[in-house]
Amino acid sequence: MNLSAALRLSSASLWHRRGILALVTITLTLSVMLLLGIQYLRTEVRQSFTNTIANTDLIVGARSGQLNLLLYSVFHLGDATNNIRWSSYQSLKQDPLVAWTVPLSLGDSYQGYRVVGTDDNFLAYVQFGNGQSLELAAGQWFTQLFDVVLGAEVARAMAHQPGDDIVLAHGGGRVSFVNHNQTPFRVSGVLAATGTPIDRAVYVSLPGLEAIHVGWEAGVPLPGRTPSAAQLETMNLAPDSLTATLVGLKNRMMTFRLQRQLNQSPEEPLTAILPGVALSELWRLLGQFEKTLLGITGFVVVTSLIGLATVLLTLQVHRKQEVAILRAAGASPSLIASLYLLECLLLALLASGCALVIIYASIAASSDWLLQQFGLAIGVRPLDTTEWSILAGVPAAALLVGILPALRAWWRSRETQFGTTSTE
Amino acid sequence: MSRAPTFHGIHRPESGYAIISRNLGFRWPAQASALTFPDIRLPQGESLFLRGPSGSGKSTLLSLLSGLSSLQAGEFHILGQAASILSRRQRDRLRADHMGVIFQQLNLVPYLNTLQNTLLPCTLSKTRRNQAHPSPADEARELLTALAIPESHWQLPITRLSLGQQQRVAAARALMGNPALILADEPTSALDATNRDRFVDLLLTQARKRQASVLLVSHDEALAPCFDHELSLEELP
Repeated sequence: MNLSAALRLSSASLWHRRGILALVTITLTLSVMLLLGIQYLRTEVRQSFTNTIANTDLIVGARSGQLNLLLYSVFHLGDATNNIRWSSYQSLKQDPLVAWTVPLSLGDSYQGYRVVGTDDNFLAYVQFGNGQSLELAAGQWFTQLFDVVLGAEVARAMAHQPGDDIVLAHGGGRVSFVNHNQTPFRVSGVLAATGTPIDRAVYVSLPGLEAIHVGWEAGVPLPGRTPSAAQLETMNLAPDSLTATLVGLKNRMMTFRLQRQLNQSPEEPLTAILPGVALSELWRLLGQFEKTLLGITGFVVVTSLIGLATVLLTLQVHRKQEVAILRAAGASPSLIASLYLLECLLLALLASGCALVIIYASIAASSDWLLQQFGLAIGVRPLDTTEWSILAGVPAAALLVGILPALRAWWRSRETQFGTTSTE
Repeated sequence: MSRAPTFHGIHRPESGYAIISRNLGFRWPAQASALTFPDIRLPQGESLFLRGPSGSGKSTLLSLLSGLSSLQAGEFHILGQAASILSRRQRDRLRADHMGVIFQQLNLVPYLNTLQNTLLPCTLSKTRRNQAHPSPADEARELLTALAIPESHWQLPITRLSLGQQQRVAAARALMGNPALILADEPTSALDATNRDRFVDLLLTQARKRQASVLLVSHDEALAPCFDHELSLEELP
């Protein structure tokens, strides 16, 4: 069989029927885009997800499950079941195995965004992605009692900039009926976007967080007992407890030892988790949904390919004359069948190519916007093995569904006759 | 130039004849009685006019001789080869390499332009490509010129050509690559008298120039005088 002849004929035939086949190709392109796009995003989101926190060896909180601790400390989802005592935190900080700690105190919110009470170590040690450090996009890290640093998304969504005053709300909900009106905070800086939950929180000092709760009881300010801001500046505002702490070790080989030591602490029931392990477990839970989504889009591609085969089968009626001429000119039934297979293959390759170009163009055009608007860090990168396999699977599946029209054409072209210029 | 194809291990040629057939018969599945055909002996380089009314089996006979249909009874030789015992694949190859075929109408591949349609046999057969002189493209241009297709039409889609022009392009395609045998099935039935005479004249002139044999079937007896031989399906016993 002359492959080059078959390729030339198939290409010319496709171009001749471009009007009808364009719609099928668009459908196929969209479905391949969906399939490949979801896999691409899945990979990116997984990467982004597992890179949510880096450089941290342990997360320590009150006794709870590791997913719960991970969710409230890193993703700011849900609430801690209990706090850890300040004294326990101090002991941990003094532990000879520990290089640094980052205290995290949660509880309040600002317009639905979590308020995180922490210290300078947050900026110094917390990393994301592949070990990227936090940077300030504007202003500076908090230095005063009522300074606040905003995550990138908070600053964007609320249109704040350094110098603005904000009032925190008591409690973690989006809507709060009790605000810290007497103790407004001034925005001292805005963190650069990270594509992680860091962008969706506001950061104040631990004394600052303590200060706004002086004179409060049972979640409400006691009338006449809430000191002024000037009075608060002079008070000792060391916290009694923390929600959690991030821990970096001097020697990572000691991670399991310290984890075991903390989990078995006789002084206070604590839970120490390895962030990587907890993130993997969480991803396994979330991954099921994505696998299902990928499966569904796979079916969309298969449906499109079946649509392609159906169109080719329908077109066979109009191609009787062409097949008769080709047969009379010496084309074998195998060559006729190969035309159908090649047409399926060429259309699938075209659709896959278009889908790839559109996906890359879309990502290149929108990656900055996605990061700014949604905190999604999705960039252009070469396809990985799985994505190439999926892309290669499309032409392979097209060849498979092309077998039906090809077999039909092969069978009918064997019966070509003079006089009818048809295959029937 | 010898045009006899060489098939190693197959019957030796009955040389000098483009077609020799004996006792050919064929029956369609739904047909009560079988079609029987007259014996044919067409010397190489000569032309035969086969006339017969509709339904007399003209197209069926051409399908058998071209190898498109499988023979049920009798035997025949094409260009010295016992074509009746060849496999379907071998018959396809024999047709691709050594036969030019013209249908009644709708003779051209709709997605190829005039020149590409003319070059089609050379696309499908290396033998035809090698036999094209001096090159496939040059021979195609020469044939189209000889068959009165204006150069301005060579790159046009075939739908832009008149019916007469389309049939002449089909003749050019059949003659492309110097096949030894041209089979034509009522190629003038859709043409008016002027175009019909012009077509037959051009076809036979070019075929003689290339020493190709021509078997043309038609119900139009006015064409008979143009051919070296004449045979009627009605003369069957």
